[in-house]
Amino acid sequence: MMKGFEYFTTQKDELLAWARKFSIFPYPFVTACCGMEFMSVASTLYDTDRFGAALPRFSPRQSDLLMVVGTVSHKQAPIVKKIYDQMCSPKWVIAFGACAVSGGVYQNYATLKGLDKIIPVDVYIPGCPPRPETVIDAIIKLQSKIETGVSKNV
Amino acid sequence: MIADLVVTFVFILFAMVMLLGLATLLTWVERKLSAMMADRIGANRCYVKIPLINVKLIALGLFHAMADGLKMMSKERFIPKDADKFLFLLAPWIVFAPVLLMFALIPFGGIIYPEKIFGSFFAGKAYLMQIAPLDGGALIILAISGICIIGVVLAGWASNNKYSLLGSIRAASQMISYEVALGLSLLPMVLTYGSLDLHTMIVAQQGSMLGGVLPAWGIFLSPLTAIIYLTAATAENKRIPFDIPEAESEIIAGFFTEYSGMRMALFMFAEFAEIVIISCVFVVFFLGGYNLPYWDFAGSFPRLAIVLWPTIFFIKVFIVSCFQILVRWSLPRFRYDQLLTFGWKFLLPLAMVNITVVTLFLWLVQKHQ
Repeated sequence: MMKGFEYFTTQKDELLAWARKFSIFPYPFVTACCGMEFMSVASTLYDTDRFGAALPRFSPRQSDLLMVVGTVSHKQAPIVKKIYDQMCSPKWVIAFGACAVSGGVYQNYATLKGLDKIIPVDVYIPGCPPRPETVIDAIIKLQSKIETGVSKNV
Repeated sequence: MIADLVVTFVFILFAMVMLLGLATLLTWVERKLSAMMADRIGANRCYVKIPLINVKLIALGLFHAMADGLKMMSKERFIPKDADKFLFLLAPWIVFAPVLLMFALIPFGGIIYPEKIFGSFFAGKAYLMQIAPLDGGALIILAISGICIIGVVLAGWASNNKYSLLGSIRAASQMISYEVALGLSLLPMVLTYGSLDLHTMIVAQQGSMLGGVLPAWGIFLSPLTAIIYLTAATAENKRIPFDIPEAESEIIAGFFTEYSGMRMALFMFAEFAEIVIISCVFVVFFLGGYNLPYWDFAGSFPRLAIVLWPTIFFIKVFIVSCFQILVRWSLPRFRYDQLLTFGWKFLLPLAMVNITVVTLFLWLVQKHQ
């Protein structure tokens, strides 16, 4: 009896991780051409709802996953930061595409060289633009990060 | 006295389980039905590990609804700095409570005699399977459904957010507009059955018409009324094609933009519970309530009726709910002016013409009897 009770108290983190893992409401923050590829990810063929990650909430308060899709310019950076701050914890961030990961081909004064200069990023998706399969792989990687609790954002 | 209390308590328990259970189930149905319509697989990764044996139970993604609920409960509970805290916290409940209240007036079974099954504790008592058997049931349902508007407006106002305020203004104008058509759409059926009492309506729908071909259900007596009711009710519920108050592409999430976690979930859950209530009212008014067509099983199996009535009612409600979800995934959204034009210039005149025609028809029938 007592042992069973102890078992359940230790399982709390695992239970919460289980719930968070299978209920990721994305907030697509689309700034550039990668948005086209994001649309194909969100389409019927790649079906991210299989992972429980297909109900976009466009209010930052209600979303769990900030997907920054495309180039972040220095002018756009404070806006991304504000959206990130507005999100309620627990929250996660995916940098979608080469520009969001590192600035990509834009090695100039106007572009932020990587989203992780302003907010912590959990999963990076390389590619210009990334294939939809890569995005699905990123969602699965994020799920395993949520499960093991190594995310920087929680 | 104690017997009455026990019976009422059992009824309330059944109502809560049915309403909340069905609303939870509908979130799953919505995902799976939309997946089927788009030729996708839909939610199917969420599993539960059965202890001791290492089996992962998936059950067609049913656990996704559980995961959603648990996640929202564990999410940060956010209140905006400049919000009116009291009203901000009160608003979701004002939206949610009337939906639960409305179910009290829905009859989910006929008159039962518990003495026959459970013995002398219930000696000589007969109960109608309805939590609150009131004479003016139809009126009270309309009255209670009007309270939801207040909650929506409060949510938008108390959030102190431009988009919330816009969303709540949109919601108020839309819901008040369609409330008129909703009330007028139920009036022809009240005239036809000659009563405001919901149970009397169900009794009036027993039997068949046109020489036994069709059951004497409201939907066959007056199909136009049924269509007007379902349209106006969908608009009341703020779902696509009438989801102007929370149009994502225009005003973020409408009146509940600032709500997070379980408070947002209450708004969403109220929406699904309202689908169930709309279906319940539809089944009572138009689909013969808890009865089956062509076959009076309560006469053949009086003991089984206590189980069969709620089951049949549940199945009918589920089918109508699925139809509403089907509509939600097939239609695009109205523009704001189209929405109000449709409500005031088309649906309302149509409902009025419908009442006139039904009244004339009933007058002619009575004259020739």
